[in-house]
Amino acid sequence: MRGFIIKEFYHIFRDIRSMVVLFGMPVIQVLLFGFALSTEVKNAPVAIIDYSNDQVTRAITTKLLSSGFFILSDQVPGEGHIEEVFRHGKVKEVIVFESDFAAKLEKDRQAGIQIIADASDPNTANLVVSYTSAIIGDYQQEYLKGMSLPVTVRTESQMMYNPALKSVFMFVPGVITILLMLITAMMTSISIARENELGTMEILLVSPMRPIQIIAGKVLPYVLLAFTNALIILLLSYFVLGMPVKGSLLLLLAESLLFIVMALSLGIFISTVSNSQQMAMMLSMFALMLPTILLSGFIFPIENMPVPLQIFSNIMPPRWFIIIVKSIMIKGLGFQYIWKETLIIAGMALFFIALSIKKFRIRLE
Amino acid sequence: MVRLRNLFKPVTNYQSPVTNYQQTRKLRIILYILQKEFRQIFRNKAMLPIIFVIPVVQLLVLAFAVTFEIKNINLVIVDQDHSVASRQLVSKFAAPPFYHIKAYSDSYTEAEEQLKTGKAHQILIIPIQFEQDLQKESKASVQLITNAIDGSAAAIMNAYGNSIIMDYNQDILVDLSGGVDIKPPIDIRYSYWFNPELDYKTYMVPGILVLLVTIIGMFLSSMNVVREKEMGTIEQINVSPVKKYQFVIGKLLPFWFIALFELGFGLTLARIVFDIPILGSLWLIFGVASVYLLATLGIGLLISTLVNTQQQAMFLAWFFAVVFIMMSGLFTPVDSMPEWAQDINIINPIAYFIRIIRMVMLKGSQFQDILKPFIAIAIYAVCSLTLAVWRYRKVAS
Amino acid sequence: MKIIEVENLVKKFGSFVANDHLTFSVDEGEIYGFLGANGAGKTTAMKILCGLSSPTSGKVMVAGYDVYHQTEMIKKRIGYMSQRFSLFEDLSVWENFQFFGGIYGLSPAKIRERTTELLGRLGLESEKKQILGSLPLGWKQKLAFSVAIIHRPSIVFLDEPTGGVDPITRRQFWEIIYETASQGITVFVTTHYMDEAEYCRRVSIMADGKIVALDTPANLKTKYNAVNIEEVFLKIARN
Repeated sequence: MRGFIIKEFYHIFRDIRSMVVLFGMPVIQVLLFGFALSTEVKNAPVAIIDYSNDQVTRAITTKLLSSGFFILSDQVPGEGHIEEVFRHGKVKEVIVFESDFAAKLEKDRQAGIQIIADASDPNTANLVVSYTSAIIGDYQQEYLKGMSLPVTVRTESQMMYNPALKSVFMFVPGVITILLMLITAMMTSISIARENELGTMEILLVSPMRPIQIIAGKVLPYVLLAFTNALIILLLSYFVLGMPVKGSLLLLLAESLLFIVMALSLGIFISTVSNSQQMAMMLSMFALMLPTILLSGFIFPIENMPVPLQIFSNIMPPRWFIIIVKSIMIKGLGFQYIWKETLIIAGMALFFIALSIKKFRIRLE
Repeated sequence: MVRLRNLFKPVTNYQSPVTNYQQTRKLRIILYILQKEFRQIFRNKAMLPIIFVIPVVQLLVLAFAVTFEIKNINLVIVDQDHSVASRQLVSKFAAPPFYHIKAYSDSYTEAEEQLKTGKAHQILIIPIQFEQDLQKESKASVQLITNAIDGSAAAIMNAYGNSIIMDYNQDILVDLSGGVDIKPPIDIRYSYWFNPELDYKTYMVPGILVLLVTIIGMFLSSMNVVREKEMGTIEQINVSPVKKYQFVIGKLLPFWFIALFELGFGLTLARIVFDIPILGSLWLIFGVASVYLLATLGIGLLISTLVNTQQQAMFLAWFFAVVFIMMSGLFTPVDSMPEWAQDINIINPIAYFIRIIRMVMLKGSQFQDILKPFIAIAIYAVCSLTLAVWRYRKVAS
Repeated sequence: MKIIEVENLVKKFGSFVANDHLTFSVDEGEIYGFLGANGAGKTTAMKILCGLSSPTSGKVMVAGYDVYHQTEMIKKRIGYMSQRFSLFEDLSVWENFQFFGGIYGLSPAKIRERTTELLGRLGLESEKKQILGSLPLGWKQKLAFSVAIIHRPSIVFLDEPTGGVDPITRRQFWEIIYETASQGITVFVTTHYMDEAEYCRRVSIMADGKIVALDTPANLKTKYNAVNIEEVFLKIARN
């Protein structure tokens, strides 16, 4: 049996291309998410149509442009051009100051600003608009300070766990989850399906090794791979992204191992229902990857989804694991907070193992 | 397929010149390959639902999942004042539909537990002297604590909370002035173009369509060719007079058709089920998609020339796919990426297509608006296909 | 007329010499046996003759064409049966014939004609619609051979065609080969079954990348004072 496991390792590690991909993946992902991807708004191109061009409007404009969120675009000479510019995607927002702004502010005690946002990307639009409103609101506060206002209620805002609002914090746990899930489940299922497809599974089955040994041997290299990947990601996020593991590293690694076992059993199950490698891949891809990315709470919060989807996401193992990772890594919590999720993952693992054994038995008969 | 072939049978009582027959011969060979491919694809009963049904189901299900909207904020109130004023403030939070007061607590520690376990998103702390401060000092402060692991969501939740508190502030002012409505000095009017409801589905669905089509183009095609390599049937083809380009066309065309078909199907669903606008020209969308598919199929074929097993093909395709997809602007905006990352997108075909499809579908952009990204895709297609065909060797050296 | 001419063929993979200065020729219409133990370099040489791989050096002419620059012309005139089964197992017998007939440029009528003829010869007309993968190995091999000659090539290359089948099927296979040769198709067959040498007009024996013997079976047996070709091979190997 030892010989078999060694052979499996050679098989994989000798394949340089796959090795580069398997180890390069986590590195690239961490780098991407750490440095390239974010949902934050930076340097959004905006246009300003100022019908007044007086002290107040200029003050507000300066405030907006010096915030770092916006860059002035000169593409919009007049309101008629807005649609065209939006269509080109050159400008995200147009701010229109009405005429005689300062004068109206003095006399009528109110002047109007129009914020026109390109909402084809609603998230960016929302953020851009709320930043704009916040800045205008700030200006408003300053303006009002000059007048004696009866009462003010001030809000002290505190951002827990992530004061700098770095999007990295949300992504790293997700990346770990996805990579563990996919490497283990996908690769395992394809590897076993390959033996089936090429007919070499029969050869293995008639050997003195028991089926369970064959499976263990096939699966062990991927466990190691996935685990190493998890370590690489954690190291990278600590050293390169400055994101530490607040809680117990040991606990995190133990939970990762459990999750890997669960993903393994899922991979084995997929291989038992696939008749070819292509099918195993497509199943893993469509049945696993997309839902993992979209329904696990990785990028899109689960609680904002329609209720049926929320219920469905309960059967997605990554959903629970992400909670575990976030709790340990970012919130620094101990086991007593995550025992429920741990139990669920363990339960899922057992479930898939049982299913696989059953399918395997049927196949053998 | 028999019917198709009859189209190319030379007419028997016409002495066709040799060249004419040669042309139809070349075409015939491609048709034979196509016939075999389609037969194999459709005979694989297990794969059919995976190729056709699952992507569609995914589209339907996932489109509902992808949203950044904050629909529900779970709030814990720590009211240390228990005064009329504080209760009024609390009631303002009870009003909006997206705020849900999970619990009332007396201590911060207890409230923090709720944040830790993830049961609550925000904590509002009203300190002891709240009402007194308001009446005597004319100013008071409250604390709003938000779970900021999801930075953007936190920013929005914080903004919501702040605006409710400002509303409360406004109420007090109105009360004090005897009911006279004190208007805020700056009146802001908001206008959201192309997507007034800020419906995230409108934004995401075109992107998901691109994703589905890309997966077929890159993965299925590469694995299909490598499968022949693995099974050994490619040798029988290499030893025959079939030319490289005939083989390539025969292998890739079926997936080109399937992908376009799925695009059409997906667009129909998008229109009917999600009410996604298709402002621009459908011809334009399919035209661009056709060229885009050539690019992704080219990449898939190129991958197949670099590997020997289906597993390797899958790894490699997956690697490129994930990087390209993440950088393409599907989930996170391209404009939020740093300069160097956007530069890398120059070689990312997915980024171009996503941009184009969003512009055409949601804003009704015309051909001249999307000219630049379209040319990029076209160049990409030519390069990847040429490279792939060049690399494919009938004769091993 | 010599339908295959090989002079000092060398094929190296890195520093490993798979074919070491092979020189032989095959006459039109003969059944030529390319014998040797596993790993001797037979398949490598055959792939070069088929235009599937290119030689490192040496002169190689097949069907009057040069293997370096005219592989596409060669491929129109040869048939090939791989050691590893390489027909489409998920298609039916008829669909396989239709495909390969088509890509060799046969008209639909011709394809139908040849298929009926070839299936008739094998007695397998009833299996026309059967999915290839579901048939027993012996039938699959015979069908692979038929597909290889569907376009009436000048030469057909058979790489270990009888591997893994029972002796009766082997015998039947060789009957088919004889029939094919009698129609003027040259048969170039590699095998590690030494007894099959008796069926060939001439054989060459390869060992370690070199041809160590080349003659008719009768002459070889006389020369090495052996009862059968296997004994010839063993005697050569011992030296």
